[in-house]
Amino acid sequence: MTIAKALRVAIAEEMRRDPTVICIGEDIGIPGGWGGAFTVTWGLEREFGLERIRNTPISEAGLIGAAIGAALTGLRPIADFQYADFMFCAADQLINQAPKICFMSGGRMKVPLVVRAPVGASGRGAQHAQCPEAWIMHTPGWKVAVPSTPYDAKGLLKSAVRDDNPVFIFEHKLLYGSAGARREDNAVQVDEPVPDEDFLVPLGSGAIRRAGQHITILATHLMLYRSLQAAEELAREGIELEVLDPRTLVPFDYGLLCQSLGRTGRLMVVEEDTRRGGWGGEIVAEIAEKHPDLLKAPPVRVATYDVPIAASPRMESFAVPDASRIASAARRMLGA
Amino acid sequence: MNVFDVTRLCHSPPPMPAADTAVALYRTMRRIRTFEDKVYQYFQEGRIGGTVHQYQGQEAVAAGVCAHLLASDYITSTHRPHGHAAAKGIPLRAMAAELFGSALGCCRGYGGSMHMGSAEHGIPPASAIVAGGVPIAVGIGLSCQMLRRGSLVACFFGDGAFNNGAFHEGANMCAIWSLPVVLVCENNFYGASTHVTLVNKIPCLAERAAGYGMPTDTVDGNDVFAVYAAAAEATQRARSGEGPSFLECLTYRRCGHSRRDQNKYRDKEEQEFWMARDPLELARSRLVGDGVTTPQELDAIAEAAKAEVQEALDYGEQAPRPEGPEALRHQFWEEPQ
Repeated sequence: MTIAKALRVAIAEEMRRDPTVICIGEDIGIPGGWGGAFTVTWGLEREFGLERIRNTPISEAGLIGAAIGAALTGLRPIADFQYADFMFCAADQLINQAPKICFMSGGRMKVPLVVRAPVGASGRGAQHAQCPEAWIMHTPGWKVAVPSTPYDAKGLLKSAVRDDNPVFIFEHKLLYGSAGARREDNAVQVDEPVPDEDFLVPLGSGAIRRAGQHITILATHLMLYRSLQAAEELAREGIELEVLDPRTLVPFDYGLLCQSLGRTGRLMVVEEDTRRGGWGGEIVAEIAEKHPDLLKAPPVRVATYDVPIAASPRMESFAVPDASRIASAARRMLGA
Repeated sequence: MNVFDVTRLCHSPPPMPAADTAVALYRTMRRIRTFEDKVYQYFQEGRIGGTVHQYQGQEAVAAGVCAHLLASDYITSTHRPHGHAAAKGIPLRAMAAELFGSALGCCRGYGGSMHMGSAEHGIPPASAIVAGGVPIAVGIGLSCQMLRRGSLVACFFGDGAFNNGAFHEGANMCAIWSLPVVLVCENNFYGASTHVTLVNKIPCLAERAAGYGMPTDTVDGNDVFAVYAAAAEATQRARSGEGPSFLECLTYRRCGHSRRDQNKYRDKEEQEFWMARDPLELARSRLVGDGVTTPQELDAIAEAAKAEVQEALDYGEQAPRPEGPEALRHQFWEEPQ
């Protein structure tokens, strides 16, 4: 099962379980349409109707505000952006409203809201490429999920829908496995069997994707797969990377990371966001401040260079970390 | 339309509601005015901190609209929320306690003046971002339509919000989905210090709102009976599934924009014209002139309001303040114990 399908299955299961769950977004619920920009909600209107699979105008502030108001008064909306870059059109609702309402009410009102957004460079240029997880992670009141496998996509989305707080789910364009007209060039195939039954992946629990003793690599989305590729390459040289997928950035599984650092003593964060102010810097700072004893060497960040993303393929590939950049950084870190 | 044209709207006096309703409208306005005047005094004396955006002069709008709302209906409000909150039913003592930053406030001290709200009264914390509450009202309208047919949301905002994209996105969504939303534009002619004619080519906001395909009306927002009559139609439409309405209420601040603002940017003639049209005085002369009630009864209402407000402020001033570390709570929802 692909990630797009796993998300679709999770949404459908939650909508069947709870009649207050609705989807709201642009270009969803259009018979003959795409099911959102990346097919995630494709066909759901046939089972759930156009009231619950609610297509909106191109009004990001309007649709997120509507999702917030609906969440405040008895619905559990899953709102989606076609591209994460578009979330800035809804910045007031995302920053000033959704994550502050429970707080400003003194804990008397809740906002059970899910927002989904596709991230990642994919040949579309600077305004359809960003990985803005850090903007949301920085804002108190949000939980942030970053699923990278179909199993996690299903389990995390279901946890997000059942959470009584705003949860932002960032998904990667090249990992969806979207087919047909919505197929992506350079996509990574991450199909895997996903259990039919109802299961949850809790928010705040990471997963070790590859065990190793030399360096702990912390990575999400496309960078997770490129790190695994680098790990394969380095294994041939006798370097064993431990690759950790945090699965959520808020809450963050520091326990698992510390356990891993206890084995490796070295931390490398690989992220597709631009380096300055990215989420990786926060994790590095937290570990450096609270657990310096776990570190045998200064932590390393491998990230996209601090530039907007160019459209032309070689320039785009140059800016974003690939397996060889990750492997080189690992060799340098070990003095190899 | 210029700011004096409001008199053209009043060539025939609006209908007088039933006596008890008419008197209740006056009582709501009087409670708000007395509360706001006293809050202003406390603020000047340094007994209330932070900032306040007050509602003196606009009472007829909150009173006239909220008189049609049930406990199960909702409102969304703005940085100037005291009048809306009181008219929708938040007790004055819970509001006063909130102004003093008390744990007994309607938002336990986490909201303050600009974020008054109350779950049990159908008021999300007011949004102090201009137009920010409009899309949220869309969503409340959506859940009313899907879950609670017959309920509605009155969305209050000022003329300043009309030029913000969030308003336009929200108004369009209300219209296309035929949502039970009453968009109540309190046109007090100033977005902070900027006059409405400086920032609108077409200053009749209802004329522009009509472009979204919903019924609109412009009324004298200082005449509570005019607001009441127009809001009756708009709320009835929302309740019966006929969709949203846009109600522009022309009104005027009798106070500054906030805190110590002296209104030095306002035209003298305009100010005199509007200050002579105090909504409480207009209502009083109509109520007495039409023989609905007596000056004595209205004086008694004023006395009762004075006592209620003083009691509320005493309560708020003495109410316990949360300890510093309480600041770390309520970022996320906690199930009530």
